[in-house]
Parts: sequence; structure tokens; C-alpha cells
Amino acid sequence: MSVTQMPQGTAVVDTGSGLPAGAADTGGAPAPAGLAAIELVGVSKSFSSRDGNVQAVERIDLAIGQGEFFSLLGPSGCGKTTTLRMIAGFEEPTQGRILLYGEDMVGVPPNRRDVNLVFQSYALFPHLNVFENVAFGLRRRKVPHDAVRRRVGEVLELVQLEGRERRRPKELSGGQQQRVALARALVNNPRALLLDEPLGALDLKLRQAMQIELKRIQREVGITFVYVTHDQGEALTMSDRLVVMNEGRIEQLGSPREVYEQPRTRFVAGFIGTSNLLSGRVARVVGGSALLDLGPGERVVVPLRGGAVPGQHLDLTVRPEKIDMTGGPEPPEAECRIRGRVTDVVYLGSSTQHVVVTSTGASMVVFSQNRGTSGEASAPTHDVWLSWRAEHSYLLAEQEQAGDEEPREETGGTQ
Amino acid sequence: MTLRMRARLAPYLLILPGGLWLAIFFVIPIIALLALSLDTGNLINGFRETFHVATYVNQLSQYHTQFIRSFVYGTIATAAMIAIGYPVAYWIAFHGGTRKSAYLFLLILPFFVTFVLRTVSWQFLLADQGIVLGTLKNWGLLPQGFRVLSTNFAVIAGLTYNFLPYMVLPIYVALERMDKGLLEAASDLYANRREVFRRVVLPLSIPGVFAGILLTFVPAVSDYVNAEILGGVNQVMIGNIIENQYLVNNNYPQAAALSFVLMAALLIGVFIYARALGTEDILSVSSG
Repeated sequence: MSVTQMPQGTAVVDTGSGLPAGAADTGGAPAPAGLAAIELVGVSKSFSSRDGNVQAVERIDLAIGQGEFFSLLGPSGCGKTTTLRMIAGFEEPTQGRILLYGEDMVGVPPNRRDVNLVFQSYALFPHLNVFENVAFGLRRRKVPHDAVRRRVGEVLELVQLEGRERRRPKELSGGQQQRVALARALVNNPRALLLDEPLGALDLKLRQAMQIELKRIQREVGITFVYVTHDQGEALTMSDRLVVMNEGRIEQLGSPREVYEQPRTRFVAGFIGTSNLLSGRVARVVGGSALLDLGPGERVVVPLRGGAVPGQHLDLTVRPEKIDMTGGPEPPEAECRIRGRVTDVVYLGSSTQHVVVTSTGASMVVFSQNRGTSGEASAPTHDVWLSWRAEHSYLLAEQEQAGDEEPREETGGTQ
Repeated sequence: MTLRMRARLAPYLLILPGGLWLAIFFVIPIIALLALSLDTGNLINGFRETFHVATYVNQLSQYHTQFIRSFVYGTIATAAMIAIGYPVAYWIAFHGGTRKSAYLFLLILPFFVTFVLRTVSWQFLLADQGIVLGTLKNWGLLPQGFRVLSTNFAVIAGLTYNFLPYMVLPIYVALERMDKGLLEAASDLYANRREVFRRVVLPLSIPGVFAGILLTFVPAVSDYVNAEILGGVNQVMIGNIIENQYLVNNNYPQAAALSFVLMAALLIGVFIYARALGTEDILSVSSG
């Protein structure tokens, strides 16, 4: 790409399609329309270490749409950063192909890839001031001086750092350094911006402000963002779509709502938010739902995705905020209800968290909003009924399938 | 009241040990040296303070050649140390892998043998009819008149060899503590390998190079061992003159005057150098 053709100012804003292809937050994870910005085809990466090979990433297929805010979410060591570094060109995949706008990038060094990385440590050049840090990429591409000055000015305005051009990085606060790192990558108007836990070093307040800020900037410039984080809140807030990764594999791909409300695997259910896991044997199958066999008066209904036979063992999850808690011996009128005893009450400010041990011995967490009406908080040792709607019971894929067939189907659908 | 007085005295008390150290080991000897340089007399009848400034004029006019030669040797040797030491430090820092400490140990291994002995062994190795040159001459690969000892090259090479580790270590430290993410950031921002070095690695290692220059230039200029052992009559350095004046001629005032001039020249040079670069940059190697 010739630098002189870089869209400037308003032209950049126009290229953003507002809502990117994958932004719909209901229905199945939609495939990005047209040519994907970044496509990973069967990408694996193993590192050789003293005690044998370590498989960091295992056969990942992924298509990230143009202008999409896409997150790679997972615990440390899940392969998300390795995946990002392979896209940037700092690691070469052991197997598979990485396509940038349809062009195979394997073997192309980082300096010839039209993507830019925002480093977790920011990696600002300590010997250069803010202006020269931001201008670094443009200067390497031999952009004329006037254009450099204009572009750097524009992008510093975008990240709200006007007037700090002459400062050295160490004279800036953490939040400001973060903005310089962002500006230094954005100024090149790359085809995709890769962000490696960019907010990890900031305190909570600043992190939340920067989340909104990043989202605004992404909307304004319309560049594809690939965002790596272990913070599920961050991923849910900002992403159009995200993948949850575990042990080098994709566990689930979808919109934040899908991944939160409909976790496909036990891992996803456990990693994102607080979730309650229940298991039981199927008593009856009625019209696409299974009724689980529990104690007297209790019942749990879960919608099925495939078939099920009576006697089959099923795992399901319910989000804590979907559960109602009622005292008294009378069972509530609800599709799902289960008896339990409160063991712990934690006041959280806007809500209260109750830990309830059910009659089957499962420990469940219930969030209730503190609306100020009486009787919301139950004291420990109280017997209660937990109830929720059948649609909030979410069937988990069986453990053997969890890491294997299920997610693969899911990712297959996005190509 | 006493508390406030104590608080006011505290800073002075705190600098007292350092101040005393500096006074006893630097200020008093310098004053003694200066006083001695203005004496007249001889060892047998004793020296008396006569404020004889003419010693300075006389000594400088007599030995300015050796003075200039010392600075020329020191400059060339320091430049050679940068040329050799930088790649060595770079290689250990970036390609040393898990054996970095082993390589550094190898680098300082010669230090386990005394300075003089190491230099003498070079004299032995490079002797006109020694095991290297003698053999090559016997094979007819070198003309009979060829020699290495008693040349400018021999003395400068000796200085370079003896002080090289003092150049490598600070450069190594500067390179080693560099955030490797910066190199990745540079190549992510379209810099090729040469540009990564020129725009990021080199500027960030400059404080290490400066520290190396300070550590090597001063001892190289005032050295006399290399010129004594590896050089000849035409390689005499100012250090040799001073040594000779003290130990052979027993002319203490003349030796003191030369020492004082040499030290003043070096101190002023270092001071200007530090001011020009900013002490912050020089110190940043050690303090990060």
C-alpha cells in the first residue's frame, strides 16, 4: 500500500461502516461479509523447549471481518498472545496459513506486514519524544515531512494528547503512555490493529475509561481491531465478536451476548462471568426440552440442541442473575425450581450475592439487586427456593466433545 | 529546638563519610602534589617550597611530544576498543542465549593474570625471533627485518588488549537491559534490521559506549606499562617519563608537575565531555 494514498481525516471516518459485519448481537455468529481482513486457516504453533515440544496453538480456524472489533479471550497460556504475534509476524506458525486480505503472510517479516501491534508494555522508544515515537512508522515509510507533521497532529488529537509532542515517554502517566502507544500504531493507518492486553497495566478507573475511549477510536477510524485480553469484562464490553480460547484451542466463537448467555462448554461457562453448573439424569424428553430427574417437588427443564434419551446424564448452566430466590416452604410457580439452603451472604453494593447449597449438593450463586424492598437478603441457614425460566437453563456440550467437535463446528460456520 | 537543629545538621552529617573520604584520598594528595611540584632541591639535600613555576614551563617544553603521543595513543586505542568491543558486547547480549555469563567470564578471564605479566607474555609471543615471527621468518613468509615490537602498533594494540573488557562490560550492560520489545516495536513499525539498529539499538546503547570511553581512555592515556614492555625509544608515553623522573632521576618536583598537568588535562577533558553529553546519560547506564 502506498503511503500517499492513506485516507486522511474524514476519509478515515467514512471507511468505518459504523456497525461492522459481525456486529449483530443475536443469532448465530455471523460470517463477516466479503473478504475477511484476517483469516487463520489451520494454524498451529509449537515451541520446542528443554522438556519437549509445547503446543501453544492447535489448529485454529478464524475469520475476522473488516472493521470488526474482535477479541481473543482466555486465561494466560491459552495461546491468545501467540496467535496475535503470529498475525504480527513475530512468530511463524508451525502449520497453517495466515491471510491478510486474502494474501498469505507466512514468511513475511513484521516490517513488511501492514498490521501494527500495540504492545502490552507499550514499548515506547525512551530516547524519542512523543512526536518522534508516533512518527516512527511514517518516517520508515519515507512519508514527506509535511504529511508526517499533519498525520501525527491528527492522531495525537484523536487520542487527546495535543500539546505533549515534546515530552519524553517517561514524563507521561501510564494512561498517556498507553495513548502514545495507540497513536504510534494508528498513525500508520494499518489494515488491522493488533492490541496485546493494552490496558493491563492501568488501574481500574482508567481502564474502564480507556475501554470506552478505545471503542470510540475504533468506530472513528474504522480499522479492524484484534484485541487480546484475559479480562472477560473487557472483552464483553468492547467486542463485536470474540473467541474464547483454552489450551491453544478455540472453545467458542460468537458475539459477547452469545458467549455469555449461551456458553457451549463447561470451560466457557466457568471462565466468563460466574456460572452455576448443574447436572442430572434425563427423566423425560418433551418437545425439544429435557426434564431432569431431581428431588421431590423440584424440576429443571433444559432446551436441547440435539436429541436426548431418558437416563442420559446432562450438564447445564444458569447465570446467577437469572435466578429468583424465594423463602417459605411453598414451591414457586416456575419452569425450573430447586430447593436449597443459604450458606453465605455477600453484600456487593448494588447487589447481594447468596451462596446456596441445593438438595443435590450443588453449590449455586444467586445475585439479587438491592432495590431497597424488604426481604431481599436471606440470612445463612434459611431454606429457600431457587427458580428460573427454562430458556435460561443452558445445556453444556459433553466434556469429550467440548474441546473438539463442538467448537470446530462453530468456527467452521464463520468461514 | 534541639530537634530542629538536628534536622538541619542531618544532611551535613550524612555527607560527612563521603566528604572525608574525598578529602583524605583526593583533595589532600592533590594539594600535596601541587605543593611538591613547586619545590626545588634534590633528594640528598631535601626539597624546599620555592613556588618555582618555571618547572612547569620547562617540563612541558621538554616533554610535549610524549604528552601528545599519549593522547594520540589513547584516542586510537579507545576507538579500536569501541570497534572491537561493541560487536562483542552486542553478540553476547543478543545472541548469547543461556551462556551469556559464560561468555562474560571468558571475557574477564585474562584478568586473573596480572596486567604486567599479560603484557610480558605478548612481548614474548611477538619477539622479533620469537615463536610467531621467528617461525614465519624461517618459513620465508616474512622478511627478516620485520618486527612488531617497538612499533606504534604494538603499544596501541597492547593498550587495546589490556583495557578492552572495560569497554565491553558497560556496552553489554546497556544492550542487555534494553527492553527487547523495543526491537519488535521498531520492526513492527516498518524498520528493517539496519534501521532497527541505527534508530533504536545504537542510540539506546550510547550511554554504555560513553561509560566505556571514560573507563578506558583515562587509564590508557596515563599508562606506561605497554610502552615500557612493547614499545621502543620512539613509543615513550608521558607515563614513562613520570615514572622515570620519580624512580630513576628522583626529581620529584618535575615528576609532580608532569603528573599534575596530565591529571588536570584528563579531568578537564572528562568534565567537558560529561557536560556535553549530560551526566544523566552517563549515569543512566548504572541507574537505569
